Amino acid sequence: MDNIILNAVIALSGIGVTAAVVLYFVAQKFKVIEDPRIDVVEAILPGANCGGCGFAGCRAFAEAIVAAGNLDNLNCPVGGNTAMAEIAKVLGLEAEEKEPLIAVLRCNGSLTNAKPKVKYDGPLTCAFAHNLYSGESGCPFGCLGLGDCVDSCKFDALYMDKATGLPVVIQDNCVACNACVKACPRGIFELRPKGKKDRRIYVGCINEEKGAPAKKNCEVACIGCGKCVKECQFDAITLINNLAYIDPYKCKLCRKCALVCPTNSIHELNFPPRKEKLVEKVDAPTEPAPVATEG
Amino acid sequence: MILKTFKLGGVHPPENKVSAGAAIQHLPLPDKLFVPLSQHLGTPAKAIVNRGDDVKTGQLIAKSVGFISANIHSPATGKVAKIDQIIDQTGYKRTAVFIDTQEDVWEEGIDTSPDIERTIKLSKEEIIQRINDMGVVGMGGATFPTHIKMMIPEGKQIQYLIINGVECEPYLTSDHILMMEKGEEILIGTSILMKALGVDKAMVGIEANKPDAIAHLTKLTEKFQGITVHALKVKYPQGGEKQLIKALTGREVPSGKLPLETGCVVDNVGTAYAVYEAVQKNKPLIQRVVTVTGNAARKHANFLVRVGTPIEYLIEHAGGMPADLGKLISGGPMMGKALVSPEAPITKGSSGLLLMPETEAKRAPIKNCIRCARCISACPMGLEPFLLAQLVPLDKWDDAEANRIMDCIECGSCHYICPSGRPLLDFIRLGKDKVGKIIRTRVKQ
Repeated sequence: MDNIILNAVIALSGIGVTAAVVLYFVAQKFKVIEDPRIDVVEAILPGANCGGCGFAGCRAFAEAIVAAGNLDNLNCPVGGNTAMAEIAKVLGLEAEEKEPLIAVLRCNGSLTNAKPKVKYDGPLTCAFAHNLYSGESGCPFGCLGLGDCVDSCKFDALYMDKATGLPVVIQDNCVACNACVKACPRGIFELRPKGKKDRRIYVGCINEEKGAPAKKNCEVACIGCGKCVKECQFDAITLINNLAYIDPYKCKLCRKCALVCPTNSIHELNFPPRKEKLVEKVDAPTEPAPVATEG
Repeated sequence: MILKTFKLGGVHPPENKVSAGAAIQHLPLPDKLFVPLSQHLGTPAKAIVNRGDDVKTGQLIAKSVGFISANIHSPATGKVAKIDQIIDQTGYKRTAVFIDTQEDVWEEGIDTSPDIERTIKLSKEEIIQRINDMGVVGMGGATFPTHIKMMIPEGKQIQYLIINGVECEPYLTSDHILMMEKGEEILIGTSILMKALGVDKAMVGIEANKPDAIAHLTKLTEKFQGITVHALKVKYPQGGEKQLIKALTGREVPSGKLPLETGCVVDNVGTAYAVYEAVQKNKPLIQRVVTVTGNAARKHANFLVRVGTPIEYLIEHAGGMPADLGKLISGGPMMGKALVSPEAPITKGSSGLLLMPETEAKRAPIKNCIRCARCISACPMGLEPFLLAQLVPLDKWDDAEANRIMDCIECGSCHYICPSGRPLLDFIRLGKDKVGKIIRTRVKQ
């Protein structure tokens, strides 16, 4: 009896030791030498694996940074400037200070502004509805309101407002990871600079139709009248395909364009209320443009 | 007698062919016509008229661009008001020629007499050229340019021409009434197509629920060489190209291949009639038979209308817009698409308008899949619709492609049969769109 146990122990230990020796040499032979800096960089990154940098995840991004040897065109929107500065310090590189971005919904076709004309009862996904038809309001560019963007957001920065039927960006949560921009089949979201004191001004419409058909479907559509282009002193506004676009890098946030817009399609966010004198002088609507989004 | 049919799947929705008895009614010209430049599969045609030009009925107004494209002719006499965007049947904007109509004057050289022209004078090449010039496209709904179907690649042998008079969609009767009233013309058109293809056998497939059409055409075929009429079992989608080939010849179209591979070319009866008009009468495709029906419709009718007529004009002539209209569908209830606006014009591919009352138009509430596999037994292509519809929301495009999502013919049998009311076809359509894009980019690379 003793003999059997002893034999078993000796045999197993023998196999174990031989295997260990073999494995040791194999491990030495096929060792993968990995840059230890990759682990360090990955530890600094937020670990959200959101793909906002354009890579498959934080690990892939860390590998890319270490391999590239510079930080040009590499940016983690979630970690922001602090994370990038820290990475630069670790790697002995220089990080360019980037202006933080935020997602902006360029549509204000809410249930009151763009009244639904037909009723949709298909599957609740924008991707399908976009292929199928132009939308409940008839605007072929506007928000379909079925929430593919909300589903795509990993940071709880979007929710659907039941009253307006439009998604709302929660400023504090949005990290500009680009997921909603990619998810929207109509390309309504845009990443724009957060702006000084979070102040932003943008055209809340992407309708490229001429004025009359655009206005027919939505009261707050950009009709391409060009008034804002003339008003802007900084050449920040361009009019392409009947649609005005405000270049955030040229815009000085003077807000004059919003006053002349006949359809209130230029949105201003987080600005203090206007002085009354100015309002009277240019005879603008007393109510500021109804803004559906927070961000 | 055992009727021929396809083996796999199929469903039997209520036929509801209420407008079957209504004779073809010529609709008076409306004041305005909107002729879209994209009425066919492929590249939109390019307009060759300008604002203010006078056009005659049958005059070429838009030329085909590229290989897969078709000419478009003026459906009426009048003035070109403008060339602008018009809402199409999906609600998106498409370029169209707006024509203010006047009294009908046909372009010279078009035979508008009611006499039947029996002798085929043109040669094979001339026929194909004429079909191309006259803008004939498949009238079954897919609107594939017919002349391209006639051009058989070298090395391929065609044995059969199949004429599709099945009309398996519930409600629609436009092909049925065309067979009854224009039977001889259809058979002459068939002979023309046979000559163009160089085949000596043609089969006309008709579902057994149209015994009058079967009897009528069978009697007429006595005068024609090589054309036979076959009664087919009433089963949806018997009129699908692949299902019809299977039923009549027993051959199966390989996955991802064209029906050409089986030595068959399939054309609709409407197309055969359009070919007759184009070749024998020199008449371009500018009008078609459209069924207006449905349980909400005040009157069930088969109208002969000019292409570009607004849909609301047809409804007006069928007793007006019903108050309890729930859904307005272009085509039949199985494959048709709900319209966004009645302003959209009739195109070469519009076979019918279905007016559904609100009570019918509602979709069933969506419940969970109970794995009953009825969608699998209903699928005429032998797919697993429940699986495909599950893969698509998960973005599993590779798996969807491996499960042959591109073979789906979008007949809607799975959605029809599902006891849980799941929108299976909707998700498969979405998947087909995505997978199709992936395949196209792969081919380009």
